Amino acid sequence: MTENYTALYEQHKKAGASFTDFGGWQMPLKYESELAEHHAVRKAAGLFDLSHMGEVWVTGPDAAAFLDYALAGKLSTVAVGKAKYSLICDADGGIIDDLITYRRADDTFLVVPNAGNAKVVAEALQERAANFDMTVQDASAETSLIAVQGPAAEAILLQLVPAEQHALVIELKYYAAVEVGISFGGAIRNLLVARTGYTGEDGFEIYVGNLEAPALWEALLAAGEGSGLVPAGLACRDSLRLEAGMPLYGNELFRQGNPYAAGLGPVVALSKEGDFVGKEALAALKAAGVGSTIGQKLVGLKGTGRRAARGHYPVLKDGILVGEVTSGQPSPTLGYPVAMTYVDVEFAEPGTILDVDLRGKPERFEVVPLPFYRRQK
Amino acid sequence: MSKVVAELKYSAEHEWVAVDGSGPAGIGISAVAADALGDIVYVDLPEVGATVTAGETCGEVESTKSVSDLYAPVTGEVIEINDGVVTDPALINSDPYGAGWLFKVAVTEEGPLMSAEEYAAANGGEL
Repeated sequence: MTENYTALYEQHKKAGASFTDFGGWQMPLKYESELAEHHAVRKAAGLFDLSHMGEVWVTGPDAAAFLDYALAGKLSTVAVGKAKYSLICDADGGIIDDLITYRRADDTFLVVPNAGNAKVVAEALQERAANFDMTVQDASAETSLIAVQGPAAEAILLQLVPAEQHALVIELKYYAAVEVGISFGGAIRNLLVARTGYTGEDGFEIYVGNLEAPALWEALLAAGEGSGLVPAGLACRDSLRLEAGMPLYGNELFRQGNPYAAGLGPVVALSKEGDFVGKEALAALKAAGVGSTIGQKLVGLKGTGRRAARGHYPVLKDGILVGEVTSGQPSPTLGYPVAMTYVDVEFAEPGTILDVDLRGKPERFEVVPLPFYRRQK
Repeated sequence: MSKVVAELKYSAEHEWVAVDGSGPAGIGISAVAADALGDIVYVDLPEVGATVTAGETCGEVESTKSVSDLYAPVTGEVIEINDGVVTDPALINSDPYGAGWLFKVAVTEEGPLMSAEEYAAANGGEL
């Protein structure tokens, strides 16, 4: 596999990162302690390099109609400046990726797929574009993405924003994006700033060209010095998103899965006008009751002991296999092990006691509603 | 670079052994291994009175990301375990050769052990 390096690789090395392969990218796993980084994001702020994520621009008169056809959600009703979480499915309803789409203008959308799927998504969009008057442009290779996440994120970002633009940031709603002037590297540049993230905290994701990314990273680190901001790696990103009950492609979401089992039924807009890829199959899955009366359903598990369930561990009810863990870890914030798992729907009710086979030793877990952690607003 | 203590011996599975001749051997995890595991959140140790066998598993170490088996570097009876590390497994990260020690064994036989120089050469630690 090709090893990709983000524009911030030297910054990570300098900060003492240990690296891991993620979707073909050499990404910082942690800098010093993943637990300390996790707590910093919950209590102050963390700075993440998300440049491995994809950026695909969909532009043209038919852009909105095209996305209604290509994705499972209804993008044509998203207001300019807002964003929407959606899925791109195959004809059989299988999930190709989960993604966030920002509407930048009536005829301009930015689609952000996951790192390992960026190319597949860009290609699938190209294939689906045949009958529409618009273009699909994959800008992933030249775009970096930096996230500031945590309760101090707004105050940190504002330090780099000219006073007359502060209101743009302060009034920016969750799942919305705006161009903001950001002062770094001796100049003020207009960058796309989104109030989104994958940690369960307030925070911002900033899109920036690769050449400017290192200077922005340094400027944000310096701005956050007094607020407890630390560079944060993928290890804590995973424990944060798990506590927030957010699915990860490759763990909870996969090609052989479907939105209803994953609890993402509301993301599928079966009632939107016209056809969309996967519509027939998804309608049949919903009508059959997949994820509600038949099949499996994604649920949360709370450990009653200290040992954590991990990905692929068997889930048992009275000794019978009823599922498999998709993600599991000790929760640093809550102090007990948490996991997500697909189980047969009859065992998906909160309060159900299940066993997870921890390397030959069964341990009791309780089915609980997701998310495990919700921030105080 | 992770520290390797010169006065200790090491197993290929990254346990250190403090052999002081007549007395029991103190056993722990090297800083190289502790750093590689990440933040350790749970440790399962053999019980006092149990017999451990060199090269065989005798417990588990859980970090935020993964679980690893703990191998006995020596054969003998476990005569003491470190309750402090059971309560606060982070001691293994913060002080692997001190407060993060794991258990003590009345050694009847040593497994294959390396000197600090050999271990550091094989695992990239710093003496």
